[in-house]
Amino acid sequence: MAAGVLSGVRQVLRGPRLVSAVFSCHGQTLSSASAAVKSAPDTAATEKILNFPLTQPDYFHLSELFTMKDLFEARVHLGHKKGCRHSLMEPYLFGSRLDIDIIDLEQTAEHLQRALNFTAHVAYRGGIILFVSRRRQFGQLIETTARECGEYAHTRYWKGGLLTNAPVQYSPGVRLPDLIVFFSTLNNVFQQHVGIRDAAKMNIPTVGIVDSNCNPSLIAYPVPGNDDTPVAMEMYCRLFKMTINRAKDKRRQMELLKGISASV
Amino acid sequence: MAASSCRGVRSILWKYGSCGKNFCVSRSKTVPQLPVRHICVSSALWKKNLAAAGPQKFTLEFINKQVEEFEIGKRHLANMMGEDPETFTQEDIDRSIAYLFPSGLFEKRARPVMKHPEEIFPKQTAVQWDAEGRPFHFLFYTGQQSYYSLLHDVYEKILAMERHQDNMRNKGLFTSETKQILLTGSRWLLKEEIEEYLVENISDHDYMRMIQLMEKLLSMPYCSLEEEFILKFRKQLEVQSSKHEIPALQYDPQGVTFSVADGRRKTAKASITLRDSGSGNITINGRNYLHYFPLLQDREQLMFPLHFVGMLGRFDVEGSVEGSGHSAQAGALRLAISRALLSFVSEGEVEKMRQAGLLTADPRIKERKKPGQEGARKKFTWKKR
Repeated sequence: MAAGVLSGVRQVLRGPRLVSAVFSCHGQTLSSASAAVKSAPDTAATEKILNFPLTQPDYFHLSELFTMKDLFEARVHLGHKKGCRHSLMEPYLFGSRLDIDIIDLEQTAEHLQRALNFTAHVAYRGGIILFVSRRRQFGQLIETTARECGEYAHTRYWKGGLLTNAPVQYSPGVRLPDLIVFFSTLNNVFQQHVGIRDAAKMNIPTVGIVDSNCNPSLIAYPVPGNDDTPVAMEMYCRLFKMTINRAKDKRRQMELLKGISASV
Repeated sequence: MAASSCRGVRSILWKYGSCGKNFCVSRSKTVPQLPVRHICVSSALWKKNLAAAGPQKFTLEFINKQVEEFEIGKRHLANMMGEDPETFTQEDIDRSIAYLFPSGLFEKRARPVMKHPEEIFPKQTAVQWDAEGRPFHFLFYTGQQSYYSLLHDVYEKILAMERHQDNMRNKGLFTSETKQILLTGSRWLLKEEIEEYLVENISDHDYMRMIQLMEKLLSMPYCSLEEEFILKFRKQLEVQSSKHEIPALQYDPQGVTFSVADGRRKTAKASITLRDSGSGNITINGRNYLHYFPLLQDREQLMFPLHFVGMLGRFDVEGSVEGSGHSAQAGALRLAISRALLSFVSEGEVEKMRQAGLLTADPRIKERKKPGQEGARKKFTWKKR
């Protein structure tokens, strides 16, 4: 199931991006669902439903969800102090003012658009999305967002082998998430969240909100932005919820149309 | 085939699968390939590693088939015994099996049994995801979904209460004297009870966090709104004195009230009949207590419960006792008298008697002798060398 979801998506969306990790195949899910989808009857209609959105640059019209002014008003451009700056974040920074790093919102808007687009395509194809954050201030908000869009959340202590030792941690035959969205890539001791490394090990693509003190290297779709302000977090949650709901509604619509055209 | 001829030797052909004869034929036509490798494998390797498999898993269809077979078998058994299949209960099944398959085995669990498969096969957790592989619960990937979902709900209630508080303040209706939840006489559920409720294992730290969160909920002024939810996690403590079984008051043909009670101490068993409107006579095993217990200490034990409630001259005590020594018999009689007194005495007095220790059976018995020692505690003489 997961292989079908992501192989097509990546071929189209990869494009001219210079990405550090190359995901050849997402074959680590240990469920029988992946085999089942490959053998499912691939009628022309189903193929069209799955492949047509991949040919469009902005199939879900996500650019109308936010503007750069919205990002500015949500204080997404505010980073941490200059001393906390991560060297790999320097390309994303506009500069610093009174010792506070300012994130370049033009780049942020571009990255956010790409990230939301990818999330929408994953949700369209019925992928499992996991929201992760270790910030206790926003844990409740993120869990509520996940519940409202029908996806999953993990804002608690991350046990060791959740992704890498899944059949033992859960049960044999569990299906791993197809996309992990990090609302904050650091854990409570300001180190990189273990989930980023584990997701990279298990070939699971990641979307992450990277602040000026975070390491963006292992994340597939980094979104440079503020992860400390409540306004910014509420905005991200709202945006992700809207994209996922839009994508799922679109899929339901297409299935209905297919059903109608098949009966006709 | 080559394999069938020699037992214990399994030849694994390198490239060309089954038969050796075929192999020779095809070999001449193609480019010279690698030769056949005979790998000798002992039968020890064919044994399954039973320890690694874990507890046996039963599929849902297997369990359903077993349930069907049980139901059919139950009806057959009813017909065999000549009873009505519709009203054949589990007790009837047990009785019939004991009749049809009489077993002299001492171990009850080794005897033939016919029970519903639910009771025989161990319960397994249901699969947590749907046909597509998507888990049902939104916190499935945390590993402890019920526990974290509980924390999420409690925090949600705290936030809702804060919003309610703000609303009241805005309207000017806020008061700190709100209805408080009665917490006396109850305790928080223990960690084991919470684990049973959540059907999940939690650590001590998790349990502590949960209790802290509940305490925070309780500390808010409007906590009475969530009273029902909070009381789900509190267990009422039983009042100790209500557990005592008070013997029933019985009436003589003459109209005299009396009560009967038993008592035990070490191996002494005593039975007492307390008759009302008496004059303080105590008869034990047909003899006067002065004759039966020449020692003052034993007679004091007999009098203590009556003296404590202040009804020394009111009752006639008639008792029988057997077993053990004089002191144990006195103790057994004392317990029996106290229990018999419960039916003549008020609730407050019962609690006082309980606190005085009159109603507690003394659990001390003779400790067994251990091998390698002289007695229960006494050791043999210690020799340095």
